[in-house]
Amino acid sequence: MLDDFLVRAALAGLGVALATAPLGCFVVWRRMAYFGDATAHAALLGVALALALDGPVIVGVLAVALLIALAVSTFSGRGLAEDTLLGVLAHSMLAIGLLSVSLLSGVRVDLMAYLVGDILAVSKQDLALIWGGGLAVVALIAWRWQALLTSTLSPDLAQASGINARREQLVLTIALAIVVAVAIKVVGALLISALLIIPAAAARPLAKTPEAMAVIAALIGSVAALGGLGVSFEMDTQTGPTIITIAAAAFFATNVVLRLFVRKT
Amino acid sequence: MSLITASNMSLSHGGKIVLRDVDLTIEQGEIVTIVGPNGSGKSTLLRGLIGALRPSTGLVTQKKDLKIGYVPQKLEINAALPLTVRRFLDLPNRVTQADAIAALQTAGVADHADAQMANLSGGQFQRVLLARALLIKPDVLILDEATQGLDQPGSAAFYRQIEAVRQDLNCAVIMVSHDLHVVMAASDRVLCLNGHICCQGAPDIVASAPEYRALFGSGTQGALALYRHEHTHDHHDHSH
Repeated sequence: MLDDFLVRAALAGLGVALATAPLGCFVVWRRMAYFGDATAHAALLGVALALALDGPVIVGVLAVALLIALAVSTFSGRGLAEDTLLGVLAHSMLAIGLLSVSLLSGVRVDLMAYLVGDILAVSKQDLALIWGGGLAVVALIAWRWQALLTSTLSPDLAQASGINARREQLVLTIALAIVVAVAIKVVGALLISALLIIPAAAARPLAKTPEAMAVIAALIGSVAALGGLGVSFEMDTQTGPTIITIAAAAFFATNVVLRLFVRKT
Repeated sequence: MSLITASNMSLSHGGKIVLRDVDLTIEQGEIVTIVGPNGSGKSTLLRGLIGALRPSTGLVTQKKDLKIGYVPQKLEINAALPLTVRRFLDLPNRVTQADAIAALQTAGVADHADAQMANLSGGQFQRVLLARALLIKPDVLILDEATQGLDQPGSAAFYRQIEAVRQDLNCAVIMVSHDLHVVMAASDRVLCLNGHICCQGAPDIVASAPEYRALFGSGTQGALALYRHEHTHDHHDHSH
């Protein structure tokens, strides 16, 4: 069954959608969108380094994403204009990544595949990494769920209950780096944070509790992944952008259409 | 032993020292009130005591496994985070349905268990925060201007509940408040703060201390003087 590239692609999309849903909720709740962008864009530099050193791409991506995420996490909340700083970092990481890939002479790189993903080229080994990493992220977040929620609500409230808010932030930072590493093959560096934010934001109007929002985000992400795969196969479009477009349509449906036609009591 | 001990503690915010050389112990069952002008370091002191702010010098020690019920001055809930009142009570530790319902009844918001936190009125929100803080049966209850958003009968009822809770749980209560007359009467000990501890002791002793009068004036004008003296007072003649 796994010999069929469409089956592998579908499983890869599902694996990434499941991992990004709960993490994406925290990215939305904690206003970490730029943080996600900076980390995801840094992945490109990781690709270049891995290719230059002739090592496995996923290791390079994971290492650089982790490094950047840790750096951002350390410097955040220290009185710098965070929004601007992260914006600068996110876009310069993208530029530096593109620059370093193009400087690699003698290596033929399909740049587009790393920018917007190439889900149809997912190998059995990739699939194992995606599901291994994805399940690790889900397990990590499930384990820290209560502490993460409390410190998201208020670091002081968390601290009063003996929860170290900085350590919980570190948990999210590590989870983000893993997600970037496993998702780059599926949606590419440019669209990873879209896959984090859009399903979560689409789920918000349908949810009354944090748990419900994470589950609904996972459902919307899965539908977008499978639907995007189908549509791109039919219409011969890029799969990554097709997946995100379907997720965006879901966001529009729940946040605009639903609110216009359903009166809330 | 003492519940919380701060020795020679200084706290900084953004590289600036907000509070210096605080020596303070909190004992079981006592009600300690912190008064002081805006910007005098009241909330900062509370954050130091709960461990949210590491002292730049000095030490804070808490009794082992100390249970702190903390009611912050302000809690903004991101509109993107769906959170019912019932779910909020489960953070960070899940509580039984019976305990949760009892707590909401005491807080007078039993009908709102399924309401979103963001849709509560200011007074309801404060009472839910208090309900959550009490659910863990705290050793020490820390209230940062907990009566804001409550009208006068509301805040009177609030203080009566605090007194009842103290009797019930024998917990210590540390509170910051602007309701000078009420808190002065209800406290065992008053701390007068202005960048450091100006004076402390039993309410009647503090009320007649020159440092306190320099900050708040005397007699019934006290509450008004709180704001007037904010920028004019200075410290020349202190004994520490």
